Amino acid sequence: MDGLLREYLPILIFLAIATGLALVIVTTSYIVARQKPDAEKVSPYECGFPPFNDARRQFDVRFYLVAILFIIFDLEVAFLFPWAISLGGIGMLGFWSMMIFLGILTIGFIYEWKKGALEWE
Amino acid sequence: MPVAAFPDLIPAIPEIYLAVSAMILLMLGVYSTGKQTVRTVSYLSTAALFFAIPLTVMVTDGRMVTFGGLFVTDSFAVYAKILVLVSAGAAIVMAQDYLERQDIARFEFPVLVVLASLGMLMMISANDLMSLYLGLELQSLALYVIASFQRDSIRSAEAGLKYFVLGALASGILLYGMSLIYGFAGTTNFDSLAEVFKAVNGTEPHLGVIVGIVFIIAGLAFKVSAVPFHMWTPDVYEGAPTPVTALFAVAPKIAAMALFARVLVGPFGDLAGEWQQIIIFISIASMALGAFAAINQNNIKRLMAYSSIGHMGYALIGLAAAGSAVSAEVRAAGIQGLLIYLAIYMFMNIGTFACILLMRRQGRMLEGIDDLAGLSKSNPVMAMVLAVFMFSMAGIPPLAGFFGKFYIFAAAIEADLFALAIIGVLASVVAAFYYLRIIKVMYFDSSEEEFDRPVSRDMKSILVITGVVVILFFIYPDPVLNGAELATSALFPQ
Repeated sequence: MDGLLREYLPILIFLAIATGLALVIVTTSYIVARQKPDAEKVSPYECGFPPFNDARRQFDVRFYLVAILFIIFDLEVAFLFPWAISLGGIGMLGFWSMMIFLGILTIGFIYEWKKGALEWE
Repeated sequence: MPVAAFPDLIPAIPEIYLAVSAMILLMLGVYSTGKQTVRTVSYLSTAALFFAIPLTVMVTDGRMVTFGGLFVTDSFAVYAKILVLVSAGAAIVMAQDYLERQDIARFEFPVLVVLASLGMLMMISANDLMSLYLGLELQSLALYVIASFQRDSIRSAEAGLKYFVLGALASGILLYGMSLIYGFAGTTNFDSLAEVFKAVNGTEPHLGVIVGIVFIIAGLAFKVSAVPFHMWTPDVYEGAPTPVTALFAVAPKIAAMALFARVLVGPFGDLAGEWQQIIIFISIASMALGAFAAINQNNIKRLMAYSSIGHMGYALIGLAAAGSAVSAEVRAAGIQGLLIYLAIYMFMNIGTFACILLMRRQGRMLEGIDDLAGLSKSNPVMAMVLAVFMFSMAGIPPLAGFFGKFYIFAAAIEADLFALAIIGVLASVVAAFYYLRIIKVMYFDSSEEEFDRPVSRDMKSILVITGVVVILFFIYPDPVLNGAELATSALFPQ
């Protein structure tokens, strides 16, 4: 049991540092920065929409496109991390599999760029 | 940590080749700005699909398994892949004029068809539940997009959305079944699954396995639009642009049927007693619904949707016979009948849809059966060709459709499935009514305006080739029969 808990020690340290760092940053910004609140500044903000609203409202379809493009490259990075860690163990097959995957994604990226999917106007 | 060996890529060369061509064509389309871009990409896509046929034949030498058992190619795969590639290529050829007239000609269309075909080849060559799912999804995602290709039309958009939502549901059901199978058998590989189920042969398999098989069958039945998973078919067929419907009616059905046969005969072959009754049920239900629901249709695309449901019912008779306990020869006869049926079904359907695509007056596409009135006077050649396809669909000898049904029913009788064969014959009598009604409208109803001419050379050649195959099949059936026999032998190793 002790051994198992000890393996989680780095995570505990990480949590402590993260909490501490967050606290320090928030409090220093409270103490050091100049505060001039107004209604717009203190209202919560999320992707251009008021956060508490009826969910059944129209929104620009471009948000949807951007979200989809984001998901694709978000996933790519999610695959890259474990790949980078285990590169020594997976050999040439692992290396080239990821290269082919990245190549296919690049083709998709070129396509969306040429099609103008990345331009807002 | 062991380093995985580099897999043998040779068995997968057709798939790799198609994937690379699709990407090259995409780049070609997006970088060239000329007016001819769409036509060029379209021709190159067709060429790429047809060139994959000799490639498929050449690389396959007996049974070859690669990618750690995920991928298999054998004569069964070659047979089904040829059918899929031919129908996908024909669909692109047929689509070109239509898309240009409807002002929706974009180079993405042929590229998406190539990607969908790649998914279908993966399905046919799957030797593991995982690769099965990947191929199925690649195919489906491309097809969802082209279903709503005419995006300004509300019905096309509805077709795409409906197909997507119901397709996602079917994929979910399929995945659930796979996870149950994996949980109770401990593997997803077809060969290992077959060994696991061979070991328990004779005893009742675990309930979880049966539930898993039922879910997998439900998911696949959705893809071949067998009753009771057919609800999407008429709406999607009616809403999608006509050349897309032509593709839907043929290529994905052949791929899914081949997959169906490989999954049930391969890994679950020893559990035939469990799945045969389900196949018998969905086969009867599909034939009956295909026969009765089509009677009232006035839209020819909707009629073809019900007709394809019925045809899948007949094809499933072959699969039911393949689950027979009588003998290995009978099981092989079932699969052989199924494969012959699929080939003939492909030719009949491509030909019929080529005729439907020619139904237009003053540039306006027509879909009503009544619009065919008087075709025998205004365009006797087309009326004759369409009549041939309709007679063939109804199963009138000596046309090809009769032989398709003949081999299927013969297999069913050998497998002692008399009730199934009798219901099949009765359903085909009912179905003959609506096929013959089209002929009656063409030949005996009063003449209307002529359809637009001229007919493009591509369409003419498709009509001639499919027409000749359907009419002359009885003289020289050997390529299809021998091909099907060779393909069947791959599923039943001696």
